[in-house]
Amino acid sequence: MTARGFLRHETILALLVLVALFVLDRQSDRFLTVDNLFNQGRLMTEVGLIAIVMTFVIVTGGIDLSVGSILGMTAILIGVFWKNMGLPLPAAIGMGLVVGAFAGFVNGVIITRFKVPPLIATLGTLALYRGIAEGVSEARSVRGYPEWFFVLGQGELWGAPTQLWIFAAVAIVAAVVLAYTTFGRTTYAVGSNEVAARFSGLGVDGAKIAIYSASGLAAAIAAAIFVSRVSTTRSDMGTGIELDAITAVVLGGTSIFGGRGTIIGTLLGLVLIQSLKNGLSLAGVKSDGTVVLIGAVLILTILISNLVHRDATR
Amino acid sequence: MTVTAPRARRSSVARFVAAYGQEIVIACALIALFIVVSAINPRFLGANNVNTIVSGNAYIAVAAIGMSMIIITGHIDVSVGALIGVLATISGTLAVSGYPVWVAWTAPIFIGAAINGGVGALVAYGRLPSIVVTLGMLSILRGGLVSSTGGAWINDLPPAFQIAQARWFGAPAPIWFMVILTVLAFLWMKNTAFGRSLYAIGGNAEAARAAGIPVERRTVQVFMIHGAFAGIATMLFATQLRVIQSTVPPNLELTIITASVIGGVSILGGTGTVIGSTLAAVLFAAIGSAMIFVNVSAYWLRAVIGLLILVTVLADMARRNREFWSNQR
Repeated sequence: MTARGFLRHETILALLVLVALFVLDRQSDRFLTVDNLFNQGRLMTEVGLIAIVMTFVIVTGGIDLSVGSILGMTAILIGVFWKNMGLPLPAAIGMGLVVGAFAGFVNGVIITRFKVPPLIATLGTLALYRGIAEGVSEARSVRGYPEWFFVLGQGELWGAPTQLWIFAAVAIVAAVVLAYTTFGRTTYAVGSNEVAARFSGLGVDGAKIAIYSASGLAAAIAAAIFVSRVSTTRSDMGTGIELDAITAVVLGGTSIFGGRGTIIGTLLGLVLIQSLKNGLSLAGVKSDGTVVLIGAVLILTILISNLVHRDATR
Repeated sequence: MTVTAPRARRSSVARFVAAYGQEIVIACALIALFIVVSAINPRFLGANNVNTIVSGNAYIAVAAIGMSMIIITGHIDVSVGALIGVLATISGTLAVSGYPVWVAWTAPIFIGAAINGGVGALVAYGRLPSIVVTLGMLSILRGGLVSSTGGAWINDLPPAFQIAQARWFGAPAPIWFMVILTVLAFLWMKNTAFGRSLYAIGGNAEAARAAGIPVERRTVQVFMIHGAFAGIATMLFATQLRVIQSTVPPNLELTIITASVIGGVSILGGTGTVIGSTLAAVLFAAIGSAMIFVNVSAYWLRAVIGLLILVTVLADMARRNREFWSNQR
C-alpha cells in the first residue's frame, strides 16, 4: 500500500470515526451500548437512505435538492390515500412509493430532456413538491395509524430495529451496484466526462433518469419510515434533510464535481455525523453546538483531503 | 462548417431584446399579473397594497443582488439565510444594548463582509467548492445562533431602530434601498473593469486568469461584497417588526437563490443582471399577495411558485437551445 493509497479520503475518515467513537466513549458510559447504537441507527435511517442514492446523483455531477420535499409530499399523500380515500394502508404506502419514484423521474426528465442544470431543476421541484404537500394537507396532520404500521419505524425485527434491515439492504445493493456493475461504471463515466461517456455509446440520459427516480423512491421509503417512527404526518416533514444528506455524502469523499465517491465513504460520513450528534449530547453539549462542529468538520475534512490530493484532483 | 456570412446588422431593439430577454419576460409577467389580478379585484392595485408587497420583500431583492454577483462569478452560497439570521440577532442586540441605531444598522454590513471574506478565502485559496464551504457555514451559523441565544426573542427594540417602517419622499424606505442599490449594482457590473471581470471569471476562469484578472483576489472581494449586501438586507429585515426572532428564517437562502436564477442569472456563471433578480423578487412577492386577492388558498402558494420556476426555466432553456441551433447553421 502506497502512502497516497493509505491517505485515501475513506481511510482518513475511518480514522476520524474511530477517534470520535473513542473520545465519545470516554465522555459517557451510555454511548457504546447496544440500545443506544440501535436507537441512533433508527434516527439515521431516513437521511441515510436518501444519502446513499444521493451518492449516485453527486457522482454523476448532479445534485438533488428536492428529496426533502418529495419526503414531505409522499408522507402527506400516504396519509390522504389511506384516511381520505379509504385505501388499505399497504396499498396507500405502495402508491406513495410510486408517487415518490415518479417525482424523481420528473426531475430526471427535466434534467436530461430539457438540459436544465440539476441544481435549478430540483430547486424548482423543491418548491413544487413541498407546495403540493402544503396545498393537499392544508396544514392538517393525519394521525391514528394502525398499531402494526409502527413496526416499521418503532419496532424490531430479528433483534434489531426494523428500518436498519431496510437500510442495510439498500446500502449493500447500492455499494455493489456502484462498484461492480456496468451501471456503476456508467455512473462514474457520466460524472468524470459526460461528453466522452456519450461518445462511448453509454446510455447517459437513461442512467441519469434511473438515478433521479431512485432518489425519489429512496425519499418515499424514508417518508414511510418517518411517518411510522413519529406516528403522524405533517407537510413540513423532511424540510432541510437534503442538506444533511449532501453533507454526509460530501463528507464521505464524493466530489461535488462528480466522477469520484463511494458508498463506504457516505456510510462513514453518516456514522461520523450521527455519533457526533449523539455522543456530544450525551456528554452534555447542546445539540446546536454539535451542528456547529459538524459544519467545521465538513470544511476541515474536505480541506485536508484537498491538500493531500492537490496534484491528483486538479 | 462554412464561413459565416456577414450578418445583417440587427436593430438596436433586437439587440436589446436579445441581451435582456429574461428581464423582459419577468417584467411582462409582472405587468400581466397586475392587469389580470386588478381586473378581478381592483383593490390589488391600491398604492397601499403595492407598497406593502414591495417593501416587505425588498430585503430579499437586496440579498439577491449579492447572490447574483456570486452566481455570475460561478459560485453559490447556501448559507446566506443563516447569515442574515445571525446578523439580525447581532443588530437587534446592539440596538437594545444602548448603542446608537446607526451602529446597529451598519455593524451587520461589516460583519457580513468579514464572515464572507473568510468563506471567499477558503473558496479561492483553499480551492474548496463554494457549495461545500457554504454548506459547512450554514451549519456553523445556524447552530451558533441557536446555541448562543437559546432561541430567545429580542423585544423592546427602540422605535428609532425601525428603518424599514420609515417613509422617504412618499415611499417606504426599503423600496428606495432596493431600487437605488439595484441600479447602482447594475451600472457598476456593466461599466467598470471590476464589475466586468466578474462575468469574465464566471464565463471562463482560466481565460480570465490568462487575461490578467487576479481571479483569487476578485473571488474573495465578491464574497465580501455579497456579505455586505446580506448586511444591508439584514438592516431592512430586522427592522420590520418590533421583535427579532433569534432563529434562521426557513428557506430564505433558497428564496434568494431562486430570485437570482429566475431573474436570468445562469447557474453556470457568466451571464445575468441584478435588474432581473430584483424583478423576480418583486414578482414572487406580488404572486403571494395576488393569491390572497383572487381567493386562492394560500396553502397552494409554494406549489404555484414552484410551477412558475419550472415554466420560466424551461422557457429560458428553449430560447437558448434555439439560439444555439441557429448559431450552428
